[in-house]
Amino acid sequence: MKTFTKYLGAACVLGLGLASTTALAADKIKIGVSIPAATHGWAGGLNWHAEQAEKRIEATYPNIDVIVVSANGASEQANDLEDLVSVQNIDALVVLPFESDPLTIPVQQVKEAGKFVTVVDRGLSIPGIEDVYVAGNNPELGRVSGEYIRDRLNDEGKIVVLRGIPTTIDTERVDAFVDTLDGSKIEILDMKHANWNRDDGYEVMQDFLSRFPKIDAVWAQDDDIALGVIEAVKQADRTDEMFIVGGAGMKDIIKRVMDGDKLTPIDVLYPPAMIATAIDITVMKFTSNAPVEGRYILGATVVTQENAENFYFPDSPF
Amino acid sequence: MNSLERTEASSSSRFQIDFKALGPFLALVALFVLGAAINDAFLSGGNLANIFTRAAFIGIIAVGATFVITAGGIDLSVGSMAAFISGAMIVVMNTLVATLGAGIETVLIGVLLSVVLGVAAGAVNGLVSTKGKIEAFIVTLGTMGIYRSLVTYMADGGTLSLDFEMRGVYRPVYYGDVLGIPVPVIVFFAVAVAGYVLLNMTPFGRKCFAIGSNEQVARYSAIHVDRVKTLTYVIQGLCVSLATIIYVPRLGSASSSTGVLWELEAIAAVIIGGTMLKGGYGRIWGTVVGAIMLTTIGNILNLTDAISNYLNGAVQGLIIIVAVFLQRGDWRRKKSK
Repeated sequence: MKTFTKYLGAACVLGLGLASTTALAADKIKIGVSIPAATHGWAGGLNWHAEQAEKRIEATYPNIDVIVVSANGASEQANDLEDLVSVQNIDALVVLPFESDPLTIPVQQVKEAGKFVTVVDRGLSIPGIEDVYVAGNNPELGRVSGEYIRDRLNDEGKIVVLRGIPTTIDTERVDAFVDTLDGSKIEILDMKHANWNRDDGYEVMQDFLSRFPKIDAVWAQDDDIALGVIEAVKQADRTDEMFIVGGAGMKDIIKRVMDGDKLTPIDVLYPPAMIATAIDITVMKFTSNAPVEGRYILGATVVTQENAENFYFPDSPF
Repeated sequence: MNSLERTEASSSSRFQIDFKALGPFLALVALFVLGAAINDAFLSGGNLANIFTRAAFIGIIAVGATFVITAGGIDLSVGSMAAFISGAMIVVMNTLVATLGAGIETVLIGVLLSVVLGVAAGAVNGLVSTKGKIEAFIVTLGTMGIYRSLVTYMADGGTLSLDFEMRGVYRPVYYGDVLGIPVPVIVFFAVAVAGYVLLNMTPFGRKCFAIGSNEQVARYSAIHVDRVKTLTYVIQGLCVSLATIIYVPRLGSASSSTGVLWELEAIAAVIIGGTMLKGGYGRIWGTVVGAIMLTTIGNILNLTDAISNYLNGAVQGLIIIVAVFLQRGDWRRKKSK
């Protein structure tokens, strides 16, 4: 009981503090950004790009306040959304839902409170809630990777595929990839899950290397897996035999592409920077007359040695 | 042993005496036969080297876990601890490259740091659980969360990567070999021999058995229970640090996903090897075999496409249960006596 009162006291003081800042910034437009916490590489990049966007936007538009909060789970994120509306009194919300189903209703409530809502990457389960939808394109990532491999191998050769964690994202990528190879003489020797993890990528690739005497290309679909694959191929001393196609846009891999590494000739983007795209579009709603409502599907851009510089963020943790 | 021999004398086959000790070895042999049948590449020198090298991480950690579990404790923090120590090593070595240059000195400081952190982390687990009288399960569950967050924090949620020049210097520790045997395998073997001597041939080892069987009785027998138990956690910490020292040069990186679930794999290796989870009895060679078995199952699954990828976990679980069941074969005989 005692501790409870103590917390209550602290909450009151905190509340007062927030209330006073709210009063001071009453004429500011507030944009709440709710994203998953940095528990893995891609989410780390997400957080970094959200913070960068916050700094940049607040410097450009003094009347806009961007508030970034990160959550460790779906229910925590639902709480965050409530706080953003009731405590921060935001005007617009940019949200990358932890999971689609449990966050559909909480986001709908934000919408019903009259806020402008932008949903990023993972769509909600009920259509039509959000004003703006920004997402990367998983099937496109698979298709673009497949096309590159077809071109490079002249429609003929043996490849191995390292899959991610068994989820919809992984299935969409792999299905599109396999469809793209249809009609070519490219043989997929085997596909195994490497769980978007470096250590698993390393071990699965080691086993592929002992199993298959000839591999022309590796589709790792993810840059963490790709880094493990690179080490395994180097260890087996078979770097001249094959090339590796990753995905996401991790700085280590982009750097290799930029340096013209033959093992990693390209990378396919599924960039965590999409959160910045979403924040920028949302800001436009308040700073210009241009209509912004709608769906924005980012291309799965192919990063080559020529354009790699544009996608290299050495300071990002990802 | 006596009771076992007596049971034995009264019944049929001579092989069953050692069935319990041999159980894990037999299961491993069976696995190797299976592997060889599935794919010719399984028995190639390269593949076998891969299996033993991979088993080294979990194996070294599991040797430490054998001490903790034999003395009736448990350590859930080892995976996070390995991630945290890797992260700390990488940060410190990257910083030192600027002043000391990318040389052996920098690696040695990194290694020293790893040992200090491992021993300290083990001592914390041990002291808090013994002196603080908190269940080891809770203490190490707590430290597991702490180390995991610390590495995420150090990496800004991303990945810590070792300086590229440093990698070249440090690389042989994982990729090098002596007379064709990979360095990690040699370290693994050395740790196992040291563990065997310590557990089976010294008073310390006997005290671990005694405490694990009955802590009260051990206390009445003038054994410094707290001291011995704390030491088992220190040994565990040291083993984690050794595993980390050979892990870091492999991929030269650490992130929040490093070492996830290693604690379960280590505990599984210990139990598969015949050590009792409730304490009182430990077997280092069993642990070694257990660790190799776990790695081999994963390797075999990667060498075949006969089984749906989605069922890998199920096959792994099944093989582990069957292996442990096999070596418990003699329990029925004891009861019938």
